[in-house]
Amino acid sequence: MNRLGVVKTNKLFIGGSFVRSESGRTFAVAGDHYPLASRKDVRDAVRAARPGYARWSAMTAYNRGQVLYRLAEMLETRRDELRAACGGAAEVDRSIDRVVWYAGWPDKLTQVLGTSNSVAGPYLNYTTAEPMGVVGIVAPANPPLEGLLSRLAPVLAAGNSAVVLAGEASAPAAMVLAEALATSDLPPGAANLLTGPVGETAKVLAAHLDIDALDLATAADPDELAELERLAAGGITRVVRQDATEQSLATLAAFVELKTVWHPRAI
Amino acid sequence: MATGGAAGWEYAPAPEARDVVRIRPRYELWIDGAWSAPEAGDYFPTLDPSSEQELALVACAGRADIDRAVGAARAAFQRGWASDHGRRASYLFRIARILQTRAREFAVLESIDAGKPIRESRDVDVPLAAAHFFYYAGWADKLEYAFPYGAPAPHGVAAQIIPWNFPLLMLAWKIAPALAAGNTVVLKPAETTPLTALLFCEVAREAGLPNGVVNILTGGGDTGAELVRHPDIDKVAFTGSTEVGRDIARAVAGTGTHLTLELGGKAANIVFDDAALDQAVEGIINGIYFNQGHVCCAGSRLLVQESIEERLIAKLTERMRRLRVGDPLDKNTDVGAINSRAQLERITDYVRYGIEDGAEIFQPECALPAHGYFHAPTMFTGVSPSDRIAREEIFGPVLAVLSFRTAEEAIAMANNTRYGLSAGVWTEKGSRALAVAQALRAGVIWINTFNKFDPSSPFGGYRESGFGREGGRQGLEPYLQLT
Repeated sequence: MNRLGVVKTNKLFIGGSFVRSESGRTFAVAGDHYPLASRKDVRDAVRAARPGYARWSAMTAYNRGQVLYRLAEMLETRRDELRAACGGAAEVDRSIDRVVWYAGWPDKLTQVLGTSNSVAGPYLNYTTAEPMGVVGIVAPANPPLEGLLSRLAPVLAAGNSAVVLAGEASAPAAMVLAEALATSDLPPGAANLLTGPVGETAKVLAAHLDIDALDLATAADPDELAELERLAAGGITRVVRQDATEQSLATLAAFVELKTVWHPRAI
Repeated sequence: MATGGAAGWEYAPAPEARDVVRIRPRYELWIDGAWSAPEAGDYFPTLDPSSEQELALVACAGRADIDRAVGAARAAFQRGWASDHGRRASYLFRIARILQTRAREFAVLESIDAGKPIRESRDVDVPLAAAHFFYYAGWADKLEYAFPYGAPAPHGVAAQIIPWNFPLLMLAWKIAPALAAGNTVVLKPAETTPLTALLFCEVAREAGLPNGVVNILTGGGDTGAELVRHPDIDKVAFTGSTEVGRDIARAVAGTGTHLTLELGGKAANIVFDDAALDQAVEGIINGIYFNQGHVCCAGSRLLVQESIEERLIAKLTERMRRLRVGDPLDKNTDVGAINSRAQLERITDYVRYGIEDGAEIFQPECALPAHGYFHAPTMFTGVSPSDRIAREEIFGPVLAVLSFRTAEEAIAMANNTRYGLSAGVWTEKGSRALAVAQALRAGVIWINTFNKFDPSSPFGGYRESGFGREGGRQGLEPYLQLT
């Protein structure tokens, strides 16, 4: 008799745990069930992301770089699964290489974005790049894997935690990514992945007062985009709009805060 | 008349001469390098807040005027303002020099129109405004060295709205980087403090600035609301309240207009038990009573370690008795006039909330002038973190004192706000100062000093204090597209 295989139950990834949607709802992609994140799941994920941010940002930049590199390693070992969940081997290559590119950034960000400032007085004055906090990401629908990682990797590299909404198209890729994240020594809550149609959940995320920035790389229709920006305005939440697969220092710069410190010089 | 509370601290009046400025009875709009009457024919008065006397009538810009100003700015941009970097630098250097030459005139006019002490407008506002133009003049032909992540190009036409607390300085913070980056601007000064911006138009003319590069539209909130909604604006920069900033963010949502906001604050000024107390006292006084507390980064929440609270409060009350409140043009004055009747009412409301919430009030005995808008320096002790005076921006000379035991508690209290513009730390222990500075969620941290500003030093907020930086290399970024 043939052995009956063990079928994986797809779950949301919140606070370092794999959980079902509190709503109990699922949706199907190519015959597989995926959890359909509810508004409550979004709020739970933001709540988990706040301590996740504290843990992640407290690590040294060197350490964060190594964790991101480990994420690339964990993705590499899942190449076959990833290929099936996206546009193919070339997209998998680009996605993993993107993570490696950002893994080299954490300990260089302040060197490139910060400054020592020559003020007209006896003061030490410097500007450093610090993480923003919790970043909400409405992931691009396409390309599913590369889009997810192109938006998530810079957010993490800059020291932020993330709540990612992966729509129906990127749900299979998000599931594999969650397993890689869970085995990368990333602190619980630093990255949270929710699957399901983003129409309603994106609004909850945009209006949430405990997110610091909102990434809208996704090519949503203009009306929807305008509504999400309006909702984000309620908390003076920073809104980032870039290409789905951009790889740049400008992307990192969009997810940091600049802090300037003064101290007198005197003998 | 300036009065000192304690015996032996009386000063004879030392008023700065007013005759250095000539205020016209009526001001028009500055559009395309010329004075231009508002099409609807509306004017509003601007007052001297220290006497409530009307100073002049000022044009109120409406939709048609905004159209003309934005059109002039667009045309100036298209005539190649952005292309000749060296020339742009030259104009900005000239403006800096003219501001320095006419510094006395600007300082007196600022104190008359805004109510701020002449000592501050003379020593802080005007020199810093000139320094900002000088600093950004140098960037205009060096933009390609500023950013490692893209080739710089200006946005186009910038709409800029500034507040009434530092009228000329905020104009400089807005116009200097915008022009250095190659944009042209339409700037709206605050309703209660338009005069130095209007005098600046003369500086622009004297510097030979091409027509349309800088347009100044006076008006109230409606003018500003109309301006940021104009379809031909590429970039909006606003400094003011979080409430209005939110409205502007909603207004430009989905339009692709670039936006930076510098909004309110409720800064914590944290004093540890090992702080140099006399220096801290000066920093606390400067932090909250500088410019009558009309400062978005004012140190309005004093967090003091329990073990030194009594000693610090004793020193503070003694120091407050030495503050001279009165005529803004008197060179001895420390605390001038509150900017407007509306602001004075807001401050007195908050003082009432403080008393109602059970905090203990201290105000030095000082004779306030019979006319004009004045408020005594005020300190509340025994404040709870949940009290309104500890949570909301008052924008006046009102200090809320809270106490803490551990550094962790101080950091948690300091960060327990929707704002994040600035904070202060007072300690003689270097490692603690740096650790606390890192843990504070605010854009500017002053260690063993407070309320220091410099054109080379980026300034701006975290969270609901807004986004974007002004000052420094980083202050160019909001006015550039990097491709």
